[in-house]
Amino acid sequence: MEILERLLVKNGLIFAFLVVGVIMLISFWISRHLTFRKIPGVAIAIVIGLGLAFLGEEKGIADLPFMAGMAFLGGSMLRDFSIVATAMGADLANIRKAGLAGIVALFAGVTVAFFAGLAIAFGMGYTDAVSLTTIGAGACTYIVGPVTGAALGAGSDVIAISIAAGVVKSISLTILTPLIAKKIGLDNPQAAVVFGGLLGTTSGVVAGLAATDSKLVPYGALTATFYTGLGCLLCPSLFFIIVRLIF
Amino acid sequence: MQIYGVALLAGCFLLGKLLGSWLGNLMGIDGDVGGVGFAMLLLMLSSLYLRKKKWLLPESERGIWFWSSIYIPVVVAMAATQNVKAAFSGGWVAVVAGLGVTILSLFLVPLVAKIGKRSPKEPSEE
Repeated sequence: MEILERLLVKNGLIFAFLVVGVIMLISFWISRHLTFRKIPGVAIAIVIGLGLAFLGEEKGIADLPFMAGMAFLGGSMLRDFSIVATAMGADLANIRKAGLAGIVALFAGVTVAFFAGLAIAFGMGYTDAVSLTTIGAGACTYIVGPVTGAALGAGSDVIAISIAAGVVKSISLTILTPLIAKKIGLDNPQAAVVFGGLLGTTSGVVAGLAATDSKLVPYGALTATFYTGLGCLLCPSLFFIIVRLIF
Repeated sequence: MQIYGVALLAGCFLLGKLLGSWLGNLMGIDGDVGGVGFAMLLLMLSSLYLRKKKWLLPESERGIWFWSSIYIPVVVAMAATQNVKAAFSGGWVAVVAGLGVTILSLFLVPLVAKIGKRSPKEPSEE
């Protein structure tokens, strides 16, 4: 047993390939035989992944030593590398057509997420400008929240809430996107560009689109990648000034 | 050889990330802004050009397609390594804010997607 564990720790990435491969196999089997293809296999695989994450703490299942390779396989380097590769399947003409809508979506997405998050925090009892701004920023993405909170000197409990809000956004987006895609017309490249700009949290956007229609992934990823930067730019500056004027 | 394709992908990736980091630096943010987006545009433009010049052969392209097909397993691994417990430890404010903003933003998709689209049913607003 000890020898096996040492082997798996030493070859973490390889073991992660095996683990994910088995998850995919099981998911596609469930999709075909239990849901009669109504729920896509990819969506089931992602939900199983999220379930496994409960076995660990901060890094999900990768907190188990023999599963550490999962953090490398699912880490930002390989994630970004493989997402860039999906650009091979994207059509430049579609992107050019959606360009203006994509830029509008980016600004609208950051603004709506910030002020809606702020309003909810206010409704739930927060009244100081720094806490409100930090939680609003967390409603953008789980990176914008702590970056903004740190810049404004927010307390660590508020920063933790802002991170949690961003994580909830990413996870609920992953689960909701395939369920709601048809209703919001998310079935073409242009809508995917807008979707990426409005929702912005790269992990949620990519996972949600993958579970819906993998052809749309490059279009959503293209705009989502600008969202966190825009949020980090606007929240601690312009948005904070506006919030301070009100509170 | 497939490695030529992978090398092209790696080159575009790094150059895109570099542009993103410069942009981030310019905006005063410690991090990259749109690095992945720049890399994707670079890959699309360079592969278009190289294919026309017949320098990018289908054999080399296969190296890029492999990585493009690996992103779904990567996303599954990413899901398994999320800090899901933090999502609940932040209390109700975090859950309500995260979920509420997600649903609100999702319903904005069809509205914003109308911009620049000229469908025969609706005359454009401009």
